[in-house]
Amino acid sequence: MVRMRKAVGQTLFDKLWRQHTVAELPDGSTLLYLDRILLHERTGSIALKSLAESGRSIHAPAQATVVIDHIVDTLPGRSDDTLMPGGGAFIRETRQAAAAAGIRVLDVDDPLQGIVHVVSPELGIAQPGLTLVCPDSHTCTQGALGALAWGIGSTDCEHALATQTLAVHKPANMRVRLDGQPAPGVTAKDIILHLIAAHGAGGGAGHAVEFAGEAVEAMSVEARMTLCNMAVEFAAWTGLCAPDQKVIDYVEGRPFAPSGEDWRRAVESWRELASDPSAAFDREIVVDVSALEPQVTWGVSPQHATGITGRAPEAGEQSVERALAYMALAPGQSLEGLPIDAAFIGSCTNSRLSDLRAAAEVLRGRKVAAGVRAICVPGSTQVKRAAEAEGLDTVFRDAGFEWRESGCSMCFFAGGEHFAERSRVISTTNRNFENRQGPSVRTHLASPVTVAASAVAGHITDPRRLTA
Amino acid sequence: MEPLIRLTGRVAPLLRANVDTDAIIPSREMKLVSKKGLSAGLFANWRYSDVDARVENPDFVLNRPERRGAAILLAGPNFGCGSSREHAVWALVEYGVRCILAPSFGAIFRGNCIRNGLLPIVRPQEEVEALAAEAEAMPQAQMTVDLERCMLTSPEGRSIPFDISAADREMLLEGLDAVGATLKRMDQIRAFEAAYRQARPWRFHLPTG
Repeated sequence: MVRMRKAVGQTLFDKLWRQHTVAELPDGSTLLYLDRILLHERTGSIALKSLAESGRSIHAPAQATVVIDHIVDTLPGRSDDTLMPGGGAFIRETRQAAAAAGIRVLDVDDPLQGIVHVVSPELGIAQPGLTLVCPDSHTCTQGALGALAWGIGSTDCEHALATQTLAVHKPANMRVRLDGQPAPGVTAKDIILHLIAAHGAGGGAGHAVEFAGEAVEAMSVEARMTLCNMAVEFAAWTGLCAPDQKVIDYVEGRPFAPSGEDWRRAVESWRELASDPSAAFDREIVVDVSALEPQVTWGVSPQHATGITGRAPEAGEQSVERALAYMALAPGQSLEGLPIDAAFIGSCTNSRLSDLRAAAEVLRGRKVAAGVRAICVPGSTQVKRAAEAEGLDTVFRDAGFEWRESGCSMCFFAGGEHFAERSRVISTTNRNFENRQGPSVRTHLASPVTVAASAVAGHITDPRRLTA
Repeated sequence: MEPLIRLTGRVAPLLRANVDTDAIIPSREMKLVSKKGLSAGLFANWRYSDVDARVENPDFVLNRPERRGAAILLAGPNFGCGSSREHAVWALVEYGVRCILAPSFGAIFRGNCIRNGLLPIVRPQEEVEALAAEAEAMPQAQMTVDLERCMLTSPEGRSIPFDISAADREMLLEGLDAVGATLKRMDQIRAFEAAYRQARPWRFHLPTG
């Protein structure tokens, strides 16, 4: 009798994992080969310094890139010296260590500078099929191109630089299938906030999450980056999307992308990068995105999100009460109509050209409400130039927004520039943690269109009121 | 890295869910390119009522006399979520924390713990809560964590076994350096790389300069 073995296919994640497996280690972990290593001045600096002190050399400096983005100022005329006390030392030490190690630096004044997770795809450093690590939790952003990209600590970054590998216990496979199409005014940001609210900030723990389904297929590559960016806020090991023709078109011609015969072979290999129809996922979550409204957070974790017409929860659980107290919200309070002090558009979540265009669409011919401080920080110097070339800077400035140089800026407070103490900020960033954007600052996460509409209204508002 | 074999010390319950690494070490407390000098900034926004003046908030758990200098934290789910900053672990270890029990950990944070001699133990939430209740009822009692036997002793003296992967256990017990261990495999890595490069040369053709 011939026994038929049922063919079980591989997921995209399985394929990427297998392709990079150097060895299965005795402890059950896998030694994975790393194609690209990215570093920034905030956490990469200590990795470079510590590695140099250890006397170990860097295996493949050409496969690494250092970006100055985290604590560099975003004010015009910036230099190495930052508003953050001592910030200049981080920038100078990083630059020196990178030069000594022979690693290229996208420096403060480089026309290619920007937020690491914006510039890497933009330059074609991230590509489908690559493994890519960075001592930064939002490295998962780059999974949107079909790369296996994950955030690591500084010691693991030393390991990566010295050996071009990391030993990792393989996470389980999860698919998040996004069915339907989002209504106008509902974006990738709203979808990911909803997912985290529905399944918890720990919902993706122990899993590599593939985002799939018709809504993902219809999304731009940049929107997929927003989706994958917040996989870490879902506690996922990483997020990723299968590369399709949109991704291939996106990568083509970028400075670090393959060209000529390399390009042909690369594209041929990228077409294999999809989960097999018979692939088994350990978990699957299905979301009908057509039913979603724009989302906004009310509390101090990304899981504290709700539809914009929703309300803060009723009191009860201690964690809810603590969050409400921090956010100065009454139990059951409506979120729409809540007066804001500031609006922030930027960060590795939502600072790409498509984000700025969407926000500018809302702002065109309108003014930011009196008393609201509004700031736009393009995600890269290239994004900034491109936005300026189509006049978006004028739209932002005319509306009353500050138009900044690129960087991470006020996504987090490092001791320098910050929003006013206890102020209420609506922000396109990814973390509404306590004190994240300044001392006792109350952050509400939302999409670029919701932030722009709220800046105009002077309070949290449903963007569909302005875009309908 | 200092080996961790057996540890007896004070216990501090900090059971809130989703304690992020920004809370463990606020970015403003990362003042130098260094792994040192971080413990004063540990939990700064909760620990101090005036962060700049370092005025202690007497309500924060680590400021209570019987919890000060705790070596063991009892924590809530998804402890150490958020930013990858290893400074969170460096700050905890410098303060004296060498073991954290929680229902789950942020993945990057957990890895950082192992690299720095801090033992992360995953136990069900009810059990962590029960340990916290014991610690509250017996404020002077200490806990013991025995990594060799994978056994902890609760404040009341109950023995509770725990699991940790063999590799993580060995790394902590021996105080091993993961980079050093992998460097011994460089021949294998180079051999993989050569074949890989031949199969996918485009991945290595990078602009120079």
